[in-house]
Amino acid sequence: MSKARSSVARTGLVHLALGAYTLLALFPIFLVLVNSFKTRAGIFSTPLQLPSAKTFSLIGYETVLKQGDFLVYFQNSLIVTVASIFFVLLFGAMAAFALSEYRFRGNTMMALYLALGIMIPIRLGTVAILQGMVATGLVNTLMALILVYTAQGLPLAVFILSEFMRQVSDDLKNAGRVDGLSEYTIFFRLVLPLVRPAMATVAVFTMIPIWNDLWFPLILAPGEATKTVTLGAQMFIGQYVTNWNAVLSTLSLAIMPVLVLYLIFSRQLIRGITAGAVK
Amino acid sequence: MSALTLQNITKRFGSTDVIRGVDLDVAEGEFVVFVGPSGCGKSTLLRIIAGLEDQTSGHVTIAGRNVDVTPPAKRGIAMVFQSYALYPHLTVKGNMGLALKQEGVDKGEIERRIAAAAKMLHLEALLERRPSELSGGQRQRVAIGRAIVRQPKLFLFDEPLSNLDAALRVNTRIEIANLHRVLGATMIYVTHDQVEAMTLADKIVVLSAGKIEQVGRPIDLYNKPANLFVAGFIGSPKMNFLKGASAEKLGATTIGIRPEHIRVVPAVGEWQGKISHLEQLGSDTFVYVAMEGAEPITVRIVGQADFEVGSTVGLEADVQHIHRFDADGRAI
Ligand SMILES: Nc1ncnc2c1ncn2[C@@H]1O[C@H](COP(=O)(O)OP(=O)(O)OP(=O)(O)O)[C@@H](O)[C@H]1O
Ligand SMILES: [Mg+2]
Repeated sequence: MSKARSSVARTGLVHLALGAYTLLALFPIFLVLVNSFKTRAGIFSTPLQLPSAKTFSLIGYETVLKQGDFLVYFQNSLIVTVASIFFVLLFGAMAAFALSEYRFRGNTMMALYLALGIMIPIRLGTVAILQGMVATGLVNTLMALILVYTAQGLPLAVFILSEFMRQVSDDLKNAGRVDGLSEYTIFFRLVLPLVRPAMATVAVFTMIPIWNDLWFPLILAPGEATKTVTLGAQMFIGQYVTNWNAVLSTLSLAIMPVLVLYLIFSRQLIRGITAGAVK
Repeated sequence: MSALTLQNITKRFGSTDVIRGVDLDVAEGEFVVFVGPSGCGKSTLLRIIAGLEDQTSGHVTIAGRNVDVTPPAKRGIAMVFQSYALYPHLTVKGNMGLALKQEGVDKGEIERRIAAAAKMLHLEALLERRPSELSGGQRQRVAIGRAIVRQPKLFLFDEPLSNLDAALRVNTRIEIANLHRVLGATMIYVTHDQVEAMTLADKIVVLSAGKIEQVGRPIDLYNKPANLFVAGFIGSPKMNFLKGASAEKLGATTIGIRPEHIRVVPAVGEWQGKISHLEQLGSDTFVYVAMEGAEPITVRIVGQADFEVGSTVGLEADVQHIHRFDADGRAI
C-alpha cells in the first residue's frame, strides 16, 4: 500500500466513519436490549439509560418464559428457517449447476424465468398460495411455511450461485469426469466446496427475511402449535395496552438464534466478500 | 493396430463450425502433436477424443473400439490439463489415487502404482501435501502423475506447459519426452508452441480453422510444407514470402524462402533493400531487410555478423531451397 493511503489521518477518518456507522446500526438493538431489563416505569421515564438498581427488572423475561409456548415458537422459527435455508441452498445450487454447466434447449429461457422471481414479490401470490395450502391440507403446518420460503429464496440463490459456478474451472470438472466421478460427486465434492462463500452469502440473505417475516406465519400458520417467534411477539402488542417488557424481551431473545446462525455463516461470508482480493 | 482413429469428425457450437471434417490415424506408441493458431479447435478436438464433448458427426475409435457413446472414464484415456485441475480437497496421493479407487482397483495395487509414478516424477516427498502447498511445476508433475497411474492406452495433454516459466518449461518438456520413451504409450499433445511441437512429436498435425492442413514428421513439415499456411506456421523466424515478378519467373504465384537460405551480398543484382533492423543473439544474427513492394525479408546468419542499419544491401537465395506455391496457396 502506498504511504499516502496508509497515512494516520486517512486511516483515522476511515475508522471514524466505520465507527459512526456501527454505532448507528447498533443503537436500536442496544435500546431494545437495555430496556428489556427494566421495569415498565423505567422504560418510559429513562429510556436511554442503563438499568439502575431502581429500574432493573427481569419481569419481561419472566412473562415471556412463563408463557410456556414461547419455547415452541422459537423451535418453530428455527425449524422453518433452517429447513428453508437448507432447501434453498440445495435446490438453488443444483439448479445453478445445471444452468451453468449443461447446454440444453431452453437454458437461457429457464434462467430468465427463474430470475423473474427476484423482481416479482411472492406476496402477490398470497391468495393463490393460501388456496393451494388449503386444498392440500397444509394450512397450519410448518411445511407450508418451509415450502413458501424455499420458493421465495430460490430465485436469488439460483441467480447468485450460477454466476459463481460459471467461474469454477472447467478443467477441474473435466478432470473429475475423466477420472470417473459421477456428475453428483463432481457437484458435491468438487464444485460445492469451491462456491462455499457464495453459499454463505445466499444463506444470510435468505435467513433474515424468513426469520423476521410476519406475513406468511399470520396467514398460513397462525395456529398455536405452529406460531413463529415474530408472530408470537405480536400477542403482547394490544390495540390499547402493549406489554413493552414482554415485547422487548421477546425481541432480545429472538436476536440470539439468528446471531448464532450468522456467526456460523459469517466466516465464509467474509471470505466471499473479499474473494479475489485476498488469496 | 492404430491407437486412435478419427473419421470425419465435425463439431458445431450453435451455428459456428469449429471442427470441419477431421480424419486422423494415430499408430500405437506414437507421439502426436496438434499445433495451430489460437481458436483453431485443438482443445475442442482433444475434448472430443476424451469424450468430454460430443462430436456433431463422425466416429472416434480408440484401440480398435468405437467409443462414440462411451463416457470419458471408460475410454482408457488419461488427460493432463493446462490449469493442472488438481482436486483441491485431496492430497497429492489422493489426487493420484482417486481414479483408481473409482475403478475399484485394490488398495495394494493403488499404493504400488502411486509409489512408482511418484518415483518417476520425483514426487515422493510431496505425497501428503495438498495442491495449494505446491509450486506450479510440482502441480503439473502431480497432474502428469495422476495420468500415469491409470496406465491408459492414450495420454491426452492440453497445453500442459503453458503456465510454466521458460526454464521449467524446457525441463518438463524433456521429462515428458523421457516419459514417452519409458512408457511407450500413445500420446496426443496440444500446443501452440512450435518448439514443443518440433522437439516432442513423432508426427505433427497442423490445424487451421477446424481443418487439418498437413500431417507429417516435424522435419518433413519443415522441409516440404504442403501449403502457404503450414509454410508460414512452422519455423521461427517465419518463412519469407515473395510475390510478383520474382515469383512468376519461377512459375509460381508466391515463393517462400526460409531465413537461413538467404544470404546478404553486396548491393548488386535483382533483390536489393535497406537493412531496417538487426538482432544479434550471439549464436545467430537476424537481419531484416525492407524491399520495395514486399514484406521485410528476414535473413538468418549463423554466428555473429555486423551490418549498419539503413545501409543498402543485396540478397541472394539458394535456388534449390525455394518453395513455390500456386494461386491457391498449394505447394508446387
Ligand atoms: N462451449 C463453446 N461454445 C461456443 N463456442 C466454443 C465453445 N468452446 C469453444 N468454442 C469455440 O471454438 C473454437 C475453438 O476453440 P478451442 O478451445 O478448441 O481452440 P484452441 O485451438 O484450443 O485455442 P487455444 O490455442 O487458444 O487454446 C473457438 O473459436 C471457440 O470460440
Ligand atoms: Mg486450447
